[in-house]
Amino acid sequence: MANLDMILDNINYIGAFTLFIIGLYTVLTHSNLLKRVIGVNIMETAVFLFFVSIGYIKGASAPILDQITGESFYVNPLPSAMILTGIVVAVSITAYGLSLLINLYKEYGTLELDEIISKEEKAND
Amino acid sequence: MDDLIVKTITKLVVPFIQLYGIFVILHGHLSPGGGFAGGAIIGASLILFTLAFGVNHTNKVVPPSVTEKIETGGIIWYALLGFVGIAVGTSFLSNKIAGFPLGNYGSVISGGLISLATIGIGLKVASTMITLFHRIIEED
Amino acid sequence: MKKPFVLVVLTVLLFILISSLNEMPSLGDRVNPSYNEVAEYYISNAKEDTNTMNIIAAIITDYRAFDTLGETTVLFTSITAVVSVLGFSMFEKKEK
Repeated sequence: MANLDMILDNINYIGAFTLFIIGLYTVLTHSNLLKRVIGVNIMETAVFLFFVSIGYIKGASAPILDQITGESFYVNPLPSAMILTGIVVAVSITAYGLSLLINLYKEYGTLELDEIISKEEKAND
Repeated sequence: MDDLIVKTITKLVVPFIQLYGIFVILHGHLSPGGGFAGGAIIGASLILFTLAFGVNHTNKVVPPSVTEKIETGGIIWYALLGFVGIAVGTSFLSNKIAGFPLGNYGSVISGGLISLATIGIGLKVASTMITLFHRIIEED
Repeated sequence: MKKPFVLVVLTVLLFILISSLNEMPSLGDRVNPSYNEVAEYYISNAKEDTNTMNIIAAIITDYRAFDTLGETTVLFTSITAVVSVLGFSMFEKKEK
């Protein structure tokens, strides 16, 4: 329904949306807890891609000043500087989630959500 | 892991990886990289050492008390650099107004606050990576 | 029952997201609403204020150094959270 030019012009947005939908599908349907943590990581990668690709300009170079030539057309440096902090926050959340999974495995002996819920209901009776 | 090839190659390669990580940290204001990338490279080299030789041997080479002190030292160093600006008379974390020497354009010793802050960030990220890995992989 | 229902809802969500592509600037456009006078000030005044060549390093350690201090606090908090959940078994082994 759309011609090839419109897809090639906005390919970064289409890639970010597709990755986000894939991550959301992984979180909602699988019952293994480790796969859900991986799905959250995929969603975070989609948000980073969307944010950094806004600052790109055609024909410009990386924002490092050159000593010899005096070229002065650079890419927008602000989105890259803001995402650097966001990546560190994502790594911290993944580490904390994985440590909670280790304690769950020691307590119940399995990582599937259906078996954990059935064990809890049997213990409550 | 008790493989002989992995242990020999790791003993040869780890010093070069750490040298590359220190190069990326020190040239943070001249080429792409900076504090976070250099700290991640040094942390990755110590994770490779742990995977090849086991957790007990690595705890004798890099004991946990040393990594604790590096980690808290990184944050205290960064906060003390900010307080230099208040002691002179201007605002917190200022660079040119507070009187840091700026140096020549394009050499390694230039930029005042930027080089010192980059070293603090690099040490902190490396110690965070190795502490998290040892906590998660340790068994009873 | 659960998987086809989730597939249908997510496909509708994907169509709603793609229908917003008409109002976004295309990749690499010069007339971006995010390329305003703040970015041009940083690019043209980075050499006199900081005497460095890497503009992004000058932004995160000189112009916006307070955000980097907050981020090192986030790294420190993550180590505290992981150690408090997993337990510090090195000291218990030494006391035995």
